[in-house]
Amino acid sequence: MSSDGNLLEVKNLRTYFETDDGVVKAVDGISFDLKRGQTLGIVGESGSGKSVTNLSIIRLIPDPPGKIVSGEVLFSGNDLLLVSNEAIRKIRGRRIAMIFQDPMTSLNPFMKISKQLMEMTQLHLGHSKAKARAHAIRMLQTVGIPDAHARADSYPHEFSGGMRQRVMIAMALSCEPELLIADEPTTALDVTIQAQILELIKKLKRETGTSVILITHDLGVVAGMTDHVIVMYAGKIFEQAATNELFAKPGNPYTKGLLRSVPDPTAEQGKLYQIPGLPPDVAHLDPGCPFAPRCDRVEEICRREFPPFVQLNADHYSLCHFAREVYSESGGTPA
Amino acid sequence: MSALLSIKDLKVHFDLGGGGPLDKLFNSKSVKRVVKAVDGVSLDIEERETLGLVGESGCGKSTLGRAVLRLTEPTAGHVFYRDRDLAHLSQKELREHRRHLQIIFQDPYASLNPRMTIGQIVGEPLETFRLAQGREAEQRVQELLETVGLSKRFIKRYPHEFSGGQRQRIGIARALAVDPDFIVADEPISALDVSIQAQIMNLLEKLRREKNLTYLFISHDLRAIRHVSDRVAVMYLGKLVEIADAKTIYDEPLMPYTKALISAVPVPDPQVEATRQRIMLEGDVPSPINPPSGCRFHTRCPYAIDACKEVVPQLVEIKPAHFAACIRISPAQPHIEDVAAGAAPGLPQ
Repeated sequence: MSSDGNLLEVKNLRTYFETDDGVVKAVDGISFDLKRGQTLGIVGESGSGKSVTNLSIIRLIPDPPGKIVSGEVLFSGNDLLLVSNEAIRKIRGRRIAMIFQDPMTSLNPFMKISKQLMEMTQLHLGHSKAKARAHAIRMLQTVGIPDAHARADSYPHEFSGGMRQRVMIAMALSCEPELLIADEPTTALDVTIQAQILELIKKLKRETGTSVILITHDLGVVAGMTDHVIVMYAGKIFEQAATNELFAKPGNPYTKGLLRSVPDPTAEQGKLYQIPGLPPDVAHLDPGCPFAPRCDRVEEICRREFPPFVQLNADHYSLCHFAREVYSESGGTPA
Repeated sequence: MSALLSIKDLKVHFDLGGGGPLDKLFNSKSVKRVVKAVDGVSLDIEERETLGLVGESGCGKSTLGRAVLRLTEPTAGHVFYRDRDLAHLSQKELREHRRHLQIIFQDPYASLNPRMTIGQIVGEPLETFRLAQGREAEQRVQELLETVGLSKRFIKRYPHEFSGGQRQRIGIARALAVDPDFIVADEPISALDVSIQAQIMNLLEKLRREKNLTYLFISHDLRAIRHVSDRVAVMYLGKLVEIADAKTIYDEPLMPYTKALISAVPVPDPQVEATRQRIMLEGDVPSPINPPSGCRFHTRCPYAIDACKEVVPQLVEIKPAHFAACIRISPAQPHIEDVAAGAAPGLPQ
């Protein structure tokens, strides 16, 4: 059984990809928990492994070239990496739902919206056609599609980007999943539409108690939406903490740099802090800290030895040789 | 200060067909359909300033940027650059002027020819405008690469060997090759990771100072716009709705659309996010084909009254150097929250 209140426990997950260029360790030994009813944000730049983490949880890693090499994904106590293909198919969409960045590529362009929604409950909940249709329309109303009765029989191309993302959310939530994985759900949308969609996810979460994993590169979205945050870099968790704690007292130089490189609209203009260099090539990592070549407080040990995952506080961890020092500089008191 | 570039009543309309005799006969597309992507924009860009142009997708901001350089032909209006009207130059005359006006594109993957080396890409404008040849050109390319923070060793490599941020630097080097004084930067950081966005913003700012450049910086990212711009112009469905300096537009927006736009931007601070009041707009941006009458924002505006459906609001200087297009405010009553219900102080008497 899982420990108290945890819906999801990921333990030591490793997902590697075989490429001509060598083995890419896209996700390399990460562990985290998600409590029921909470929202976890996963932040990172492209190639950090944030999307691969979530595709691994629902076992949608293309194999070959990808392979989940080790780890456990305990969902309500069951290891999803051990269940049969048949069983994982029943969990996907029913108990764990996903929304992706681009709603147009996730909706079938040849199928009416209503039919795509009805499939979900007919398949997973055994609804009759009539019942499924009524449910589909109710879901469209819930996510704020105006005139849902009439518009249910439209095709995806007849909807705007924001409307399609609403349809995706309706579809994802139609079986009342316990976990919703949202991978950059608003990245393709305009800012006023983004505000609408984020508000909708918050509202539905309040009403249904669904737990959410929100993957994003936007620290503003993380600040407004999540209870806990994981910061990923080069396939590793660099820092994890409660959201307030992470923004107020970051304990890792990468997190600190990331927070400082976002323009603050309330501050004066001037030179923006910049993290120098480029994200590493994860196929060819050196033995030391993967962030060392870009880090502003790098020391000799960082290039030589892989850093420890240091516990700074009850649930605040940082992957850094100098985690305690960085945390103190941010105003934290290491436990 | 004087305007380097002066845009007067610029229009870019795209004809989608329909309304011809045959269409009428067969009753298909019996109405002529026109996208008014840019519909009467007037704007001065001062020498050495960064003017931020912000708006949501489909508002016409990129079309405006392209029309200024005539990469898209304007339908009507003028673009004065050093007293010459670019919009009405012949192709031959335009070519000579293009040297001074360059563009950086959003997608660093699509805007570099994959079969050309970096040296060829950056050196091509030198050749086109006969600015340098042979050894001299090669030397110039090396200098340009170093200016944008790339090693000159890259000269024989191909675009696919570079990351998004590096490609954007190559695009910037190419734009700088001809020593321009005006650059349209069309969403130059939107395709990049957060840490790389900061690098490119800093690079553009450094180049502006060193080379006395003037930028039209187009973006949908209000945080970036606020950071890089001196003044900001907000666009909605083909029209400018507000112009002011960057700090003012962020701290005291006047036009209801700008207010909503600013309030929708997520702030990277959980404590601010927890308490902040958002102005939620209903619905989507309407289609630019046959846009709403009167004020184009009236269909989503929480403050709209009947007159807004009829009167097309003009940009008015509501406060010093702060222009907004809204009939519900006026210089005497600049804050819409204080205006009496149903009143329209900005209506022409």
